[in-house]
Amino acid sequence: MDLFEYQGKQLFARYGIPVSAGGVAETVDEAVRAAEAAGYPVVVKAQVQVGGRGKAGGIKLAANADDVRLHAGNILGMDIKGHVVSRVWVEHASDIAEEYYASFTLDRSAKKYLGMLSAQGGIEIETVAEENPDAIARLTIDPVDGLSEPNCRAWVEAAKLNPAATDGAVDILLKLFHAYVDGDADLVEINPLILTPEGKVHALDAKVSLDENARFRHPEWDELVGLEKTDAREFEAAEKGLQYVGLEGNVGVIANGAGLAMATCDIVHEVGGRPANFLDIGGGASAQVMANALEVINNDPSVRSIFINIFGGITKGEEVANGIVQALDQVSIASPIVIRLDGTNAEQGRAILSGYESDRLVSKPTMVEAARTAVEMAEARS
Amino acid sequence: MSILVNADTKVIVQGITGGQGRFYALRNRAYGTLVVGGVSPKKAGTDVEGIPVFGSVADAVRETGATATMVIVPAAGAASAVLEAAEAGLELIVAVTEGIPVHDEARFYNQVQRDFPSSRILGPNCPGLLTVGECNIGFIPAEVARPGGPVGIVSRSGTLTYQALSDLGQKGIGVTTCVGIGGDPVPGTSFIDCLSLFEADPDTKAVIMFGEIGGSAEEEAADFIRAKMSKPVVSYIAGVTAPPGKKMGHAGAIVSGSKGTAQAKMEALEAAGVRVATNPTAAGELMAEVVRGL
Repeated sequence: MDLFEYQGKQLFARYGIPVSAGGVAETVDEAVRAAEAAGYPVVVKAQVQVGGRGKAGGIKLAANADDVRLHAGNILGMDIKGHVVSRVWVEHASDIAEEYYASFTLDRSAKKYLGMLSAQGGIEIETVAEENPDAIARLTIDPVDGLSEPNCRAWVEAAKLNPAATDGAVDILLKLFHAYVDGDADLVEINPLILTPEGKVHALDAKVSLDENARFRHPEWDELVGLEKTDAREFEAAEKGLQYVGLEGNVGVIANGAGLAMATCDIVHEVGGRPANFLDIGGGASAQVMANALEVINNDPSVRSIFINIFGGITKGEEVANGIVQALDQVSIASPIVIRLDGTNAEQGRAILSGYESDRLVSKPTMVEAARTAVEMAEARS
Repeated sequence: MSILVNADTKVIVQGITGGQGRFYALRNRAYGTLVVGGVSPKKAGTDVEGIPVFGSVADAVRETGATATMVIVPAAGAASAVLEAAEAGLELIVAVTEGIPVHDEARFYNQVQRDFPSSRILGPNCPGLLTVGECNIGFIPAEVARPGGPVGIVSRSGTLTYQALSDLGQKGIGVTTCVGIGGDPVPGTSFIDCLSLFEADPDTKAVIMFGEIGGSAEEEAADFIRAKMSKPVVSYIAGVTAPPGKKMGHAGAIVSGSKGTAQAKMEALEAAGVRVATNPTAAGELMAEVVRGL
């Protein structure tokens, strides 16, 4: 789960990382109130989860209330690469002497944590990595040992920041690492991390992605739910606890297991169709989960046919079949369904479905045949 | 022959008294797997249809001589269950549990590597492994598979291992061992580990490797195949149609920027001499050709 900048800064503040005084606003009046509280001059920043908002005009300096009204009015509602701005973050403007970059994430190849620190901040780290890889000081951290103060200090020295920034950077990086591990983040990134003319080190931005799997030990994350609504279908699926990604085609896809769900989208594409979505009902899905999945697909107006591809391991065939029957009873499914059911208890599942088969519910023995049928049905109804 | 497990492997099940633990312990036993015990701290002294339940892994190992375990406990308890299994000296820890926080995985993987180097973790978030006709630990529906080789299977995705077993079975092609390494960011056993074991196994003559988008494990496997594998490899990479920046179900399956795309992985594998199929069923067909040529 990706956080907005202001949520990331709130998280950083809880771990003692210095951030600017500021407030979040959904209206121009709220923005002015946040600016008064933070103290002028302020920066008005669009809250979107996409890079390049500065270039798009989503970050503006404001010296007084009139400026704030002007800029907040322009930025709220602005479309930045398909993300509509519904909130701005208004914070006290900082004087900047130097800009750095700092992050922690998992190095999947090494299976250890990777810290990255660079004296060249303020631009995308991918750009630095390409053009000047030596400008990034990398630190591999064993997850069992964690990050010690001496190792952190040696890392900061290797990054060749301004010596005036050393103590402040060490302090912030130790706290950032704590936020990364204790906060169960997949990624914490500060870009830019700034040195002020007064010699203070300070987080001017915050990029945080949280690990959904750790939700059970973070009840405080509940208040973050429901803030991202870029795709109404994804929002509905998330509320039902389904692994769903919206795509742009017209064949609704339901499969069990991420690999099979991806393969199902791929095969629809390969036989000349376009998948409307990726939907993984997961392992051991119950009848209710299947019914929920069908409901989500059914609510997508672009769907013209539905391809259910189940190979049961931990998912049992009769549960899948019961879910389909349950969904057919509960809601009127607009599109015809093609199902391919194999694996654990598949025969029981097929026996349950055989009583319901019609031109609206077709069973096919293989993935390829099922995909072809689903694509033909979608074309016929387009 | 086979890799990792065989007809003599004694297995315990951590979490045997849960609904899924019980179902799969019994199903694995019915297949012929030596399921010699289970662990459930609160139900020590009872049994699950004749499988004795112990209060700790150490007790279970002492009483049964088990060398492998299936960890099928809730995600919140998985890290301590894996470490308990390693401390008790188990050689193979099959962690099927899904939804484990990535920091827990990173910690227990590195701790086991350092302090218990003779223990191997498979998974987490994996379907387990199957040596056909001998030993099944986990969820893999073994009925569809034919024993005896010559094909070994390794896959990140669980359901795609089932697909491969089924396709090969219908073509009359046998499988030695089928390993699901799992789709999480910190897999205990990698493609390379399995490829290396298959290369050394005399009964495995060819390997199916199913990868997916995200990370660089397939590219690393391609380097290994080029340098170290004499046996033919057939592959499929799931996620050709996946948009960048979206997790496709598996915590590890995400295309970040230009990295981890299916296209890049397929190209790396093809450059290493791997025959790459465009869908899992086509991979089965390619493998049938390879087997005819053996």
